Amino acid sequence: MLYREAGDFKTTYAADSQTFPIRSDRWRYFAVLAIAWGVIPFVIDDYWANAILVPFLIYSIAAIGLNILTGYCGQVSLGTGGFMAVGAYSVYKLMTMFPEVSIVVHVILAGGITALVGTAFGLPSLRIKGFYLAVATLAAQFFLVWLFNKVGWFYNYSASGQISAPERFVAGVAVTGANTAPWAQYLICLAFVTVCAIVARNLTRGSVGRKWMAIRDMDIAAEIIGVNPLTAKLSAFAVSSFFIGISGALFFAVYLGAVEVGEAFGIQKSFLVLFMCIIGGLGSIFGSFAGAAFLVLLPVALKVLGVDLLGWPSSTVAHLQLVAVGALIMFFLIKEPHGLAQLWRVTKEKLRLWPFPY
Amino acid sequence: MKDQVEPHVTADGRRIGGVLMDLRGITLRFGGVEAIKNISFDIREGEIRAIIGPNGAGKSSMLNVISGFYHPQDGEVWFRGAKRPAMKPFQVARLGIARTFQNIALFDGMSVLDNIMTGRLTHMKTGLLSQMVWAGPAAREEAENRAVVERIIDFLEIQAIRKTPVGRLPYGLKKRVELARALAAEPKLLLLDEPMAGMNVEEKEDMSRFILDVNDEFGTTIALIEHDMGVVMDLSDRVVVMDYGRKIGDGTPAEIRANQEVIDAYLGVAHD
Repeated sequence: MLYREAGDFKTTYAADSQTFPIRSDRWRYFAVLAIAWGVIPFVIDDYWANAILVPFLIYSIAAIGLNILTGYCGQVSLGTGGFMAVGAYSVYKLMTMFPEVSIVVHVILAGGITALVGTAFGLPSLRIKGFYLAVATLAAQFFLVWLFNKVGWFYNYSASGQISAPERFVAGVAVTGANTAPWAQYLICLAFVTVCAIVARNLTRGSVGRKWMAIRDMDIAAEIIGVNPLTAKLSAFAVSSFFIGISGALFFAVYLGAVEVGEAFGIQKSFLVLFMCIIGGLGSIFGSFAGAAFLVLLPVALKVLGVDLLGWPSSTVAHLQLVAVGALIMFFLIKEPHGLAQLWRVTKEKLRLWPFPY
Repeated sequence: MKDQVEPHVTADGRRIGGVLMDLRGITLRFGGVEAIKNISFDIREGEIRAIIGPNGAGKSSMLNVISGFYHPQDGEVWFRGAKRPAMKPFQVARLGIARTFQNIALFDGMSVLDNIMTGRLTHMKTGLLSQMVWAGPAAREEAENRAVVERIIDFLEIQAIRKTPVGRLPYGLKKRVELARALAAEPKLLLLDEPMAGMNVEEKEDMSRFILDVNDEFGTTIALIEHDMGVVMDLSDRVVVMDYGRKIGDGTPAEIRANQEVIDAYLGVAHD
């Protein structure tokens, strides 16, 4: 009785195609939103913001972005780190060139610039698929990191080669720079996450999303029903890169404050976000959140368990973490290719009938 | 030798119109192999046109020429009175030509409803930005097209599996969903590549009924490839027979039955 759809009748097609067609799901969604917006900002402290919540929110945006490309449109990409770097360096250049414009506008513009770059690097997808496309996007990853290291203009010729975010305000409250309060960091990320998730959901449930999924499931059949593969694939690259650009911009400006491109946006980042999508569930917005939460929490949980409770050396725990992530990836690929989102779906199916399965 | 049929009404009350698609001297080569050799035939509005022939005769290649997968080296495709330039398959789809495949080509990761909704893509016009907001035009368009799709779901009697992922369906239902997806496009010309392959008698009867109903109720022109001679002779208004890439017969089922060349192709002929 925890979860039921009996008596929940739909009388319009709009009601049937809404995001949460089941009433208890809908209430749960509103409850999560209410807690995220109404409770957490008042209780958050520096540790929770910097170790868990802010990285979780930012990685969620990146995972949603990659999930649109890989999970919905079936185009494997290993260029996520590079595209996040494009978002970070775009927002840095915009912040230093136009200091009077709001940071919110800068972050959105950074997403737009990343969308253009992502579309350009998506062009090979029209000719190649699968592993070969993954290698082509890998080239984007290395090229972009090299570019931001090599060309001084991007980091304003700073001596260290790093970029660091100047202080910027939204409604009089600092959201970037050294004096930012944890709740301000959290709230600006939450605002972007909320909007991005709703936009992603709207796109994937409509005709654009169906075009992407058609290309993913069978590109020949997609073409025969009138999907132009060129626009479908490139729009997936554009939308995906837009989200990834936003997450890169927030990662740099709000979370880290200062970055060195190879360290923050290297190939590890591409794999991390890809793992989030795989563990969370390809082709699911909820899965993007679940995967991001899982991979952000895993190191924290292992550290608490290993270092604080069992007293192991922290290097051992760090190695254990690598092993655990690797094992989990294999486990999910073999046992549950649709990830945590599918486990959640199965659980809901069971709960629908619980405790009277017949 | 082409029979000149004027627009007329058949004995069972269906209206057969003028020429919808005219294939003129189509020749298709793969390297040195000539898959289709100088074939001409036409498809009239409102009729059911069958293409038959032994394995490897070039029937599927012919369908692939019509739907734009293959581009013939020679010959012209005329559609609705105009010569069709070389087109990609998605452009052909936008002209109003839909098809099903010999081996089912559904989107396994999507529900039946979503699969059929993809058939409406050529009718859905709202852009990316409008859909991001999901208010106004995008939501309205979605509901309108859903209504069309629901009519097709009712028509093909697949209401119960609406929300089922296609991957879980049995073979016969998958064939029906594929037909539904093609119908959702409201095509002017519907191409069916072996719609009854691998079906048992009941499933064949169901499918035949649906094909006749589609033709009758929506007035959809249908071109189909089928191996079951009984089905072909019962369903179709006119039949093209191909063998080794050549056309060896063209006419009503009665004419085809009496055609010596066709009989030879199917039964073999003594060489003396």
